[in-house]
Amino acid sequence: MKARRVLLVMLGVALLLDAGCKRPSGNGRSFFPASNQVAGWAMTGDIRIFEAADLWKYIDGDAERYLKAGAQSVSTADYKFQNKIDATADIYTMGNAEGADTIFRSEPAVDVKPIQLGDAARLSSQSLVFRKGSFLVRIVAFEESTETEQALLQLGRGIESRLARG
Amino acid sequence: MRSLSGANRRDFLKKCLTGAAVLGASGRMGLLAAAEEGAAFAKSKVVIAHDAMLRGTGTTVDSGRMLSLLDRAMQALFDRDNPSETWKKLVRPGETVGLKVNTLGGRGLSSNVQLVEAICERLQEAGIKASDIVVWDRDSDEMEHVGFHLTAGGNRVQCFGTDRVDYEQELAMYGSVGSRLSKILTQRCNVLINVPVLKDHDGAGVTIALKNMYGVIHNPNKYHPNGCDPYIADLNMLPEIRSKMRLTICDATTACFEGGPGYKPQYSWKNNALMVSQDPVALDYTGWQIIERKRAEKGLKALEGDKRAPRYIATAADAQHRLGTNDPKRIAVVEV
Repeated sequence: MKARRVLLVMLGVALLLDAGCKRPSGNGRSFFPASNQVAGWAMTGDIRIFEAADLWKYIDGDAERYLKAGAQSVSTADYKFQNKIDATADIYTMGNAEGADTIFRSEPAVDVKPIQLGDAARLSSQSLVFRKGSFLVRIVAFEESTETEQALLQLGRGIESRLARG
Repeated sequence: MRSLSGANRRDFLKKCLTGAAVLGASGRMGLLAAAEEGAAFAKSKVVIAHDAMLRGTGTTVDSGRMLSLLDRAMQALFDRDNPSETWKKLVRPGETVGLKVNTLGGRGLSSNVQLVEAICERLQEAGIKASDIVVWDRDSDEMEHVGFHLTAGGNRVQCFGTDRVDYEQELAMYGSVGSRLSKILTQRCNVLINVPVLKDHDGAGVTIALKNMYGVIHNPNKYHPNGCDPYIADLNMLPEIRSKMRLTICDATTACFEGGPGYKPQYSWKNNALMVSQDPVALDYTGWQIIERKRAEKGLKALEGDKRAPRYIATAADAQHRLGTNDPKRIAVVEV
């Protein structure tokens, strides 16, 4: 009887702790804007998702660093801006906000400028990286032009608003 | 036996003169010792060919300029005056040639399609049938994603990933490595030309010629601890790789100094160069120095300071492996 009571108390504590954990919610696919939901941007391929065990198939040796920081999966989609600029958007689902911050801070700020997006963000001529909660987002454009930076920012905002909705 | 052609006669005379000089200098030394002393003087050549106008005024590599760049690099490496002579030194009609490209970095940081086309053109001029050339990497989708046109069968250059044919069932083993090899390597080619990319790597420090062989095996994810050391060196000791490897043509047109192996534009630069060598260790060592110079220019610590100096290079050169040299005194870097 006493053992049963102890077990029940432990279960209750576990449930309380679980409720307090910050877990990422939402489906990796729903975070990507569909074609033209962000002006000028069209999705050009299927969304792919790599779970933790298969992360190395997408980012090879970099996977170790992400897994140590608690990466659970990455979702990736290809886009094209105004039929001119190809880009890839990667959304890493980390275990918590600290994990996203660990990766964000580990990347040196070379030729980038901080901007207001999510919890922290950096923009360069061909890439945008930001973190929001337990998500780390990287958008890379494959061509550089006068429009690229602003276009990346627009797509980034589109993704950020979907992450906020969860 | 064929009579010596002009180039071969030149080669023969050069060797005779070198041998005579060594023998003369060696005094009372025996022939074997003299040969060893001659070998000790020999340097591994790494040719770096540049073309500042490789992309013209745009961002796309110009095919014609790429072919010229390749020719310049190869002629300098083999000390020949024209391209067809260089490739005939490398391959013979009837051989099947595999070009192991690197497409893991995705668009922006993969083996250039124009470079591969240029290599295929010169191979065919050297007498290799188109259908006896296979351009390959681990995954067909990744290859297609970066612009390669997949082809299997027919009389054209073959182009597909190991996912189409699978890996051998048996493990190939050396030292710390036990892996199943791509059937493209084991069954589809008897000559291997390595076409890696010049990249920083988060684990190994750099990923260039030697680590490109991770794309040949079924379990590269197992070999990333400890800076990929001694796994990279051990992998390249596998007979199927070592016996077939003839040349490395490193795509250094777009290179990466941080954040590799994936493409991060803020850490990449348009280097507009090719690096060629028959010594993969010397090439990796030289590529490492190029990356370090770029890092210093950008205000980043040396890889040692980041706790990821590429230790695998010294391992590949050590007495157990002897895959090449990492001694700068024994590397001749030729810039053209």
